[in-house]
Amino acid sequence: MLNVRVIPCLDVRDGRVVKGVRFDNLADQGDPARLARRYEREGADELVILDVSATAEGRVARFETVGRVRDEISIPLTVGGGVRTAEDAGALLEAGADRVAVNTAAVERPELLSEIATRFGAQCAVLALDGGATSDETCASGFEVLTHSGSRRTGVDAAEWSRQAAELGAGEILLTSFDRDGTRSGYDLALIGVIREAVPVPIVASGGGAHAGHMCAAVEAGADAVLAASIFHQGDWSIGRLKDRLQQLGVAVRR
Amino acid sequence: MSAARMATGPEDVGIVPTGVANLEAVAAAFRRLGRTPRLLDSATGISSADYVVLPGVGSFAGGMAELRRRGWAEAVRGRVEQGRPTLAICLGLQLLCEESEEAPGTAGLGCVPGRVVRLAESCRVPQLGWNRVAAPAGTVFLRSSVVYFANSYGLEAGPAGWTAAMGRHGSRFVAGLERGGVLACQFHPELSGKVGAGLLKRWLDESPGAAAAFEPRAQRPTLAAAC
Repeated sequence: MLNVRVIPCLDVRDGRVVKGVRFDNLADQGDPARLARRYEREGADELVILDVSATAEGRVARFETVGRVRDEISIPLTVGGGVRTAEDAGALLEAGADRVAVNTAAVERPELLSEIATRFGAQCAVLALDGGATSDETCASGFEVLTHSGSRRTGVDAAEWSRQAAELGAGEILLTSFDRDGTRSGYDLALIGVIREAVPVPIVASGGGAHAGHMCAAVEAGADAVLAASIFHQGDWSIGRLKDRLQQLGVAVRR
Repeated sequence: MSAARMATGPEDVGIVPTGVANLEAVAAAFRRLGRTPRLLDSATGISSADYVVLPGVGSFAGGMAELRRRGWAEAVRGRVEQGRPTLAICLGLQLLCEESEEAPGTAGLGCVPGRVVRLAESCRVPQLGWNRVAAPAGTVFLRSSVVYFANSYGLEAGPAGWTAAMGRHGSRFVAGLERGGVLACQFHPELSGKVGAGLLKRWLDESPGAAAAFEPRAQRPTLAAAC
């Protein structure tokens, strides 16, 4: 039986960890390597680094940050930000990533997912899907895909896109609720539910998780892993204490 | 110690660059143990290194094609057959087998009898995350523990001639194999935190030396005896 993974996320800009609300108003949270080391020690099961300004600046996530974090940690590292080609993905793996997340470029050119999966395996190809509620009737699931760090609404149905991505080879969906990001109001359980219906691959719930109760609800809705950022950066919860609480709630976690 | 071994020193850990893999994560894990791993670039290098790591991310067909194209397949096979310190990770374990459902018709290295199959779809595939490994008594390297997996394929049953630790994801699969100085892990020791670091350390410390008289044939029945 697989344990539910608890994953701290480092949103990085200019080599520093930042965090905002709905992808905006980013505030400094510290040094990525230092935070990464602390999180592994506290019991993090995996780490995600998202270079939040890479796409806007037309570049790939900074290798230097990836390398510094890699040297510090002996748990899996997923890196996203500005990946447009399988070569970009390969360069991030060389820099120290284990898995690569793609978002905007895959929406624009879905074959990118199969290119990464064919070359590096499905477990390496993570689709970062930023979803937001929509009244657009062409989105049957009620959720649409956002790209460019949440700044562009695409009108693409989130469930349909996740299904297509999994068929192309995405081995995991890193599912972020744009509406809940940074709000601490709980994961968007309806969004998790529609994506769970659509794909057989693992789902990482992201956006809005503030305590163990939120995480337990996300797992019940179909998530295989839970990601959070500000609650860890700002010291509301240590990962160890969070895992104690999850265990009390009946969620299987690695101790 | 021979002059040749003096020259390379006790920190001689070589990594086989199998085309595509998380080589840096593997290298970082050995650096944390005080070693200075280097990338190998020849069959001779693979044969002569004290410790060799065959990492694995990617596809069975791609991995085998790369080993054969570069003329490295025999060097890896030779080490494994002789029980010399060799660590195969994830796809690396699968490459040691005879064949894989992932690439019908592509021959593996054939050191481990058996065919790799796709994991049961009753669970999430790929298997991504921390799962329990049960090791039998008497292993040198492998221990019962919780370690990190990222795989869609696996070997279903412990192969003859190897000591196998098992895992379960829908159905049972081989989580790790050991024989002499050879350690093959379906999981990623380099990504398994302290538990993984401990395993890598045991492999470095407890492996029979490169020159030790390990006799693999003695541990498994000959073809004639098996018939």
